[in-house]
Amino acid sequence: MTTPAASAWSRAAAALRRSARLQLLAFAAVLVAAQLLTRAGGKEFLLTQLTMAGYYTLVVLGLSLLMGHAGQISIGHAGFFAIGGYASAFLTTLDLSASRRLPVVALLERLHLLVARKDLYGGEALGVEPWAAFLVAVGLTALVAVAIGVPVLRLKGHYLAMATLAFGTIVGSVVVGTQRLGAADGISGVPPFEVLPGLRVMGGAAGRVANYYVAWGLVALAMLLLLNLIRSRTGRALRALHGAEEAAAAMGVDVARLKLQVFVLSAMIAGVAGAFLTHFNGGIGPSEASILKSVRYVAIVAVGGMGSLWGTLATSAVLSFLSLRGTFGSHDDAVFGVILVAVMLLAPDGILSADLRALWRRIAPAPRSREETPR
Amino acid sequence: MTSGLLLQYVVAGLTYGAIYAVVGIGFNIIYNATGIINFAQGEFAMLGGMIAWTLHHLVPLPLAVAGAVLGTMVVGALVEMTFIRWLYKPSVLRMIVITIGVSILIREAALAAWGESVRALPYFTGSEVSAIELLGARISPQVLWTLSTGAVIVGFLVVFFEYTRVGREMRACAQNRDAAALCGLPVRNLVTLSFVLSAGIGALAGCVVSPITYTSYGVGAGLAIKGFTVAILGGLGNSLAAVAAGLVVGLLESFSVVFLPTAFKDTVSLTILLAILVLRPAGLFGSREAARLKAF
Amino acid sequence: MRHALLALAAAGLAATFPAAAQEPIKVGALLAVTGPASFLGAPEARTLEMLVEDLNAQGGLAGRKVQLIVKDTGASPEKAVSFARQLIEEEKVFAILGPSTSGETMAVKNLAEEAKTLLLSCAAAEVIVNPVAKWVFKTPQKDSQAATKIFQHMKKNGIGLVGVLSSNTGFGKAGKEQLAKLAPEHGIQILVDEVYDKAATDLTAEVTKLKAAGVQAIVNWSIEPAQSIVIKNARQIGMKIPIYQSHGFANIQYVKAAGEAAEGVLFPAGRLVVADVLPDSHPQKKVLVAYKKAYEARFKEDVSTFGGHAYDALLLLRKGVEQGGLDREKVRAAVENLKGVVGTAGIFNLSPTDHNGLDLDAFEMLTVKNGRFAVLGK
Repeated sequence: MTTPAASAWSRAAAALRRSARLQLLAFAAVLVAAQLLTRAGGKEFLLTQLTMAGYYTLVVLGLSLLMGHAGQISIGHAGFFAIGGYASAFLTTLDLSASRRLPVVALLERLHLLVARKDLYGGEALGVEPWAAFLVAVGLTALVAVAIGVPVLRLKGHYLAMATLAFGTIVGSVVVGTQRLGAADGISGVPPFEVLPGLRVMGGAAGRVANYYVAWGLVALAMLLLLNLIRSRTGRALRALHGAEEAAAAMGVDVARLKLQVFVLSAMIAGVAGAFLTHFNGGIGPSEASILKSVRYVAIVAVGGMGSLWGTLATSAVLSFLSLRGTFGSHDDAVFGVILVAVMLLAPDGILSADLRALWRRIAPAPRSREETPR
Repeated sequence: MTSGLLLQYVVAGLTYGAIYAVVGIGFNIIYNATGIINFAQGEFAMLGGMIAWTLHHLVPLPLAVAGAVLGTMVVGALVEMTFIRWLYKPSVLRMIVITIGVSILIREAALAAWGESVRALPYFTGSEVSAIELLGARISPQVLWTLSTGAVIVGFLVVFFEYTRVGREMRACAQNRDAAALCGLPVRNLVTLSFVLSAGIGALAGCVVSPITYTSYGVGAGLAIKGFTVAILGGLGNSLAAVAAGLVVGLLESFSVVFLPTAFKDTVSLTILLAILVLRPAGLFGSREAARLKAF
Repeated sequence: MRHALLALAAAGLAATFPAAAQEPIKVGALLAVTGPASFLGAPEARTLEMLVEDLNAQGGLAGRKVQLIVKDTGASPEKAVSFARQLIEEEKVFAILGPSTSGETMAVKNLAEEAKTLLLSCAAAEVIVNPVAKWVFKTPQKDSQAATKIFQHMKKNGIGLVGVLSSNTGFGKAGKEQLAKLAPEHGIQILVDEVYDKAATDLTAEVTKLKAAGVQAIVNWSIEPAQSIVIKNARQIGMKIPIYQSHGFANIQYVKAAGEAAEGVLFPAGRLVVADVLPDSHPQKKVLVAYKKAYEARFKEDVSTFGGHAYDALLLLRKGVEQGGLDREKVRAAVENLKGVVGTAGIFNLSPTDHNGLDLDAFEMLTVKNGRFAVLGK
């Protein structure tokens, strides 16, 4: 019955399922196609929200590894995002120009770790060079993740959920309670981040295309890393761990270490995303550290399919994009809730796993006898 | 510090503790019957306060509260029958996500129904300014109402789960659902009942704290986090322990204000929670063995 | 997408009937309609919706209809940034009203400045207009003036030792900073300065701390229900000292919620909430009563000063367009030099160095009598 074209299609689909390299190539093609489409349609402004969505997607990819593959929930990942973002923002907006006479400050400036910049009102300020700030920010995120992960990852189920929730809440209330971090107003006026000579992470129409590729390039990079990881020996150990922790331990998997590594990796990815988005937006506020954000990340991983990296990526890209465009207006959360509940009920393994035929059979009136329904 | 002031801080702690405890108890019923944590518990409390406020325009306060409790019970039943009942052995992670989704839906529905305004039930006795003098400290009668409501609920639950047939059946179905079903227990109906009960208790809590804390569509999440904290801290499934943990957390928060900037009040209780979770994963009053059995 | 299509359709129509149907003027609004600052954003959004409808019924701005595009930011700066870029880059709006909170305003300030788009913020914090940014204005009264008003009243009544409470929001932060800055020059000492969570449900411990410190008055600065809870808790533990609130208290629902405890609370506010009892000779009377009546009739809820800030933002824009036509630079210059504009918050006299334009007289010391706002007897 199958036509040659159809069988070629299914062969291609099968090859795509097997090969991570092909998947990434297809992903790259989609990214380029999307950019070209916005240009052709005269809607290049859409890239702004696509770029922001890219950074949020980065966070949920890391979380997807943690939840789907290592089986550990974290309702505190916005905390790591915020640590990365706030550390970058704090360091790059510092003004040490008044303390230039201090030898340390002078030395750092000579090493180009401190750079002068102009502020909105024409004054000059001396802050940390964005690359240096970025490295410190990600390092700090990793440190905090280790400090939290070591004790907390011994917990399971609801206790782990509560502990990570508590961590996220603590980060949120520290951020909003600290004057030096701008308290409720957050930090604004964060300078651009020159990732490579001439390539600046910043908002505005001029750098839109470049920034789109920076964000989604990072997503592709994370994808490459994660896909290789889950196909490696570590990935198999992770699956064993997810299935049965004791059994995995008995087989010689260093369970505690492995869980910690995955936790720290996913936290660092969130920290990177936080730092980049902060430069892109020119600032960060306490809403990025809120529990609602953490909950949203968890929910996106669930809707995407626990552990289905591509499903998570697609879900996050679409939902974050629509939310950042304000498509649903004041009903943003309501729509999100409906999608969440619907997917969890009808396609519990994620949106890509939705078995539409099965769904139809459930909704449609039951046929008289089984024989009549062709499989 | 004078003893009057010291006692005043204790009263403040009792006020916080009473609020946390009475919300925290609600988590335990569904947990006892199903082993899951209902993240929409705070929304039950919010609904209780809102419905009672609306009914209070038409009927006297006790009737309004009763109506709110009944109304929220219906919502609880609907939630269970629509979202939970027909799932086959859902994982904990999935239940967490579904109940989070339900909480978002209830919150948004409340926003559509009542708008963003803040409502408050009147004080059950006395007024906004009345207080009972107690060795130099003063306590609002509503705090006593909250505490005694908590006590009544705990008493009811202990009797219900220990001494009634339905209660024992519910516990059986939490411990081993398949075995309970094999023994002919109507497992699904028992789970529905647990949602109904829990919604009712949440609504009652929402009514009794409403004069103190006020009610608006968004209060559920905040109440739930605190309630969840004390339920876990006490050891999941143990209502009496939740009340004790609630009072402990309340007192800690209150006294933290003496020494620390109040901006970090939440940080204090959550840090302690983290420490206790790590040192005593089964909670303050729970047993390690029980916790291991309940892990999944 | 729909807006783009509408614009396209409008452009097409304009080409066919050049004189009859012109493209509307797009005005963006970044408001926290839902979320933690909905106390601000929701009345602001309703006010604008109502006013723009009226404006269009009267012929619009400069002979063209106004198309209002409200974006609900939920009070998060990252959404405000995303929406501001959307309004500027793709909707090419003529001006932006809002944001509702100071954090969001600071986050989008640069964007407006770079895009040369008028930003008329509804947030109170002083940093929004000090230092002055060319394209950024704000309509609420200055926090420093509210603080001054409170301190002047304290001094007259012999109060020297105070305790300050504020919520952890942009509004609370801005007020707390001004209080701390201005206290010394009025000879007032702040003994305790505490920040509580915006979702706080009970503040007995906080007021106990003030009681222990022996303060002579409490100043609370917030917009959330907590400001009403503070008063109850202070009275419940038996504190009888004066309680001062910020202009955030000018919302009758908090008085209702606090019931008896609200009696005698003192706060500086614009005259909107006491419009009915103002003498007819007061220059603001007509504007205030008209807005209050229209709002309350339409939305069946009490007017609050926050909706008034949006009223004033649209008013300044309207006056600017009346003088400057539809040239962005000219309108900006016109707004910057507006004098004697009667708004809900006061009488605006703007200048290149003052992008707010309200003076101390914009505030009146108010109090609560029998569950209603009243002007404090002089």
